[in-house]
Amino acid sequence: MSTTVAPVRRTIAFYKTKKFQALSKNVVTYILLVVLSVVFLFPFFWMIESSLKTDAQIFLWPPQWIPKPVVWSNYVQAFSNPQLPFLEFFKNTMILEVGIISGKLISCVMIAYGFARLNAPGKNFWFGVLLATFMIPSAVTMIPQYIIFNYIGWVNTYLPLIVPAFFGESYAIFLMRQFFMTIPRELEEAAFMDGASTYKIIRHIIVPLSTPILAVIAVLSFKDIWNNFFQPLLYLNSKAKYTLSIGLAYFNGQYTVHMGVLMAASVVLLIPLVIVFFFAQKAFVEGITLTGLTGR
Amino acid sequence: MRPAAMALPKKPKSKQRRREAILFYICIAPFILGILLFQLVPMLSSLVLSFTNWDILSPPKFIGIQNYITAFTSDPNFPIILRVTFTYSLVSVPLRLAVALLLAVLLNEATRGVGFFRTAFYLPAIVSSVAAAVLWTWVLNPLYGPVSGLLGLFRITSPNWFSDPHYALWGLVLMSPWGVGGEMMIFLAGLKGIDKQLYESAELDGGGRLTKFFRITIPMLSPSLFFNLVMSIIGALQSFDTAYVISTAHAGQLGGPSKSTLFYMIYLYDRAFNGHMGYASALAWILFVIIMIITLLVVRSSSVWVYYEAERKSS
Repeated sequence: MSTTVAPVRRTIAFYKTKKFQALSKNVVTYILLVVLSVVFLFPFFWMIESSLKTDAQIFLWPPQWIPKPVVWSNYVQAFSNPQLPFLEFFKNTMILEVGIISGKLISCVMIAYGFARLNAPGKNFWFGVLLATFMIPSAVTMIPQYIIFNYIGWVNTYLPLIVPAFFGESYAIFLMRQFFMTIPRELEEAAFMDGASTYKIIRHIIVPLSTPILAVIAVLSFKDIWNNFFQPLLYLNSKAKYTLSIGLAYFNGQYTVHMGVLMAASVVLLIPLVIVFFFAQKAFVEGITLTGLTGR
Repeated sequence: MRPAAMALPKKPKSKQRRREAILFYICIAPFILGILLFQLVPMLSSLVLSFTNWDILSPPKFIGIQNYITAFTSDPNFPIILRVTFTYSLVSVPLRLAVALLLAVLLNEATRGVGFFRTAFYLPAIVSSVAAAVLWTWVLNPLYGPVSGLLGLFRITSPNWFSDPHYALWGLVLMSPWGVGGEMMIFLAGLKGIDKQLYESAELDGGGRLTKFFRITIPMLSPSLFFNLVMSIIGALQSFDTAYVISTAHAGQLGGPSKSTLFYMIYLYDRAFNGHMGYASALAWILFVIIMIITLLVVRSSSVWVYYEAERKSS
């Protein structure tokens, strides 16, 4: 074959060959990829370099692309401002993270196990209810929820944010249920014959075998809680209770002039999330394609 | 489906079944309670509240459908919030999906460095809306931002994005494709699922790049497109965070400047916490109905343009 191809190829102009077309397609693809990735990453670069400049350097035009000298004082200021205790905000955010993630995992494992393994009259009805909850927009439940939590004196505590997590969350239940269905039953049956309780079966068989899906749910929840703005805004109204997101929004309203400090605070807010993202990139990618959670 | 408990032979089956049913309800008890406490009761109460004039301080008074009449006839802000929300959704949703699709197609064609580019495009999607808002107001700063510098190269004066009522909404539209990583991932997963043979046979028939894109990629990708479209519309209609952060900081008023970013949810929030719980509840239900209608229209239309391979008719 190859001996017959060679003479033919010579008669075709180079720009018409398959090889050239593939190459040019590749070049166009890569030019676009590089340009677009620069556009997408540029705001990060701009944020970091602004955080390392003094006000005078920031307002230079044309901009200094690499800050000269590099100034760290913005970070010191962002952290030492008694008006905005960022370490406190970090602690508050972590309280929510731990509370909500543990509540969600515990309750959802149990609920999903029920849906995946146990038969009962009315099971299909409740599964239908689960699917229906995907469609309820938060707008219609938000006001009465607030009123109820206000009535029992939970406003300005973390309880309205944490306690509902212990009652399960539809997306997580659905994902876990789908995953549990793929675990072979034989293991549970053997354990059941040995007299293991349902609790023991869940704890020692189901949970260890489901770590991939539990990781996906934990990581996506971490991101959502870290970034959550609306609910903390609704329920937390004293500054000592603020989360990082609310803190940054408040900061943004107060200190628009000190761009460097604001950018330093933004960098600090992003770092933990970026670290989690890089360590759990696989879980993120899987989670997104599994759930279609677009993270708005 | 054979339940695990049935493996035990001693007890009679009916007893076994009852035990299992009880266990099922114990397991999902938190779910049932949660639905009642945090979904059903609030939903019904918000429906009831929407027929009252409750202002939190005094006891609610039943006023029939007055709140709905007010919204549709006499509240001057109602047409504004509809216009702002729909304009934003109509422009930003197609823009976001087009960018997400472009990125996914490029990633799918790339052979080297895919991991790097995928991370670069996805990274903004993990950034909180607050941080994105703070960051983009600085990127779009009319005097010292890089975008104004870029426009300056073409001798265009940068608009005063978030302080100018003519541009504030467009500033939000401009920044919206930045966080499109999630949609991109879904498209990418869809692209990976397309059978390569389809492209090969198209090439044999002399199909060019564009033909292949519109005749193969788009139809085969339509389920992902449908999913992304529905989710994006629902998300866009409920926009809140970014507009809240930017308008309070840069225009000094919620939904400002001059109500140019007065999104539906922002107005609802403003009404609810300024003593108009009843009216805000009515607004919430109107939004619910709007979202339902639009979603239903998209779902209805999907039979025409969404292609599911499994249901392909043999013709």
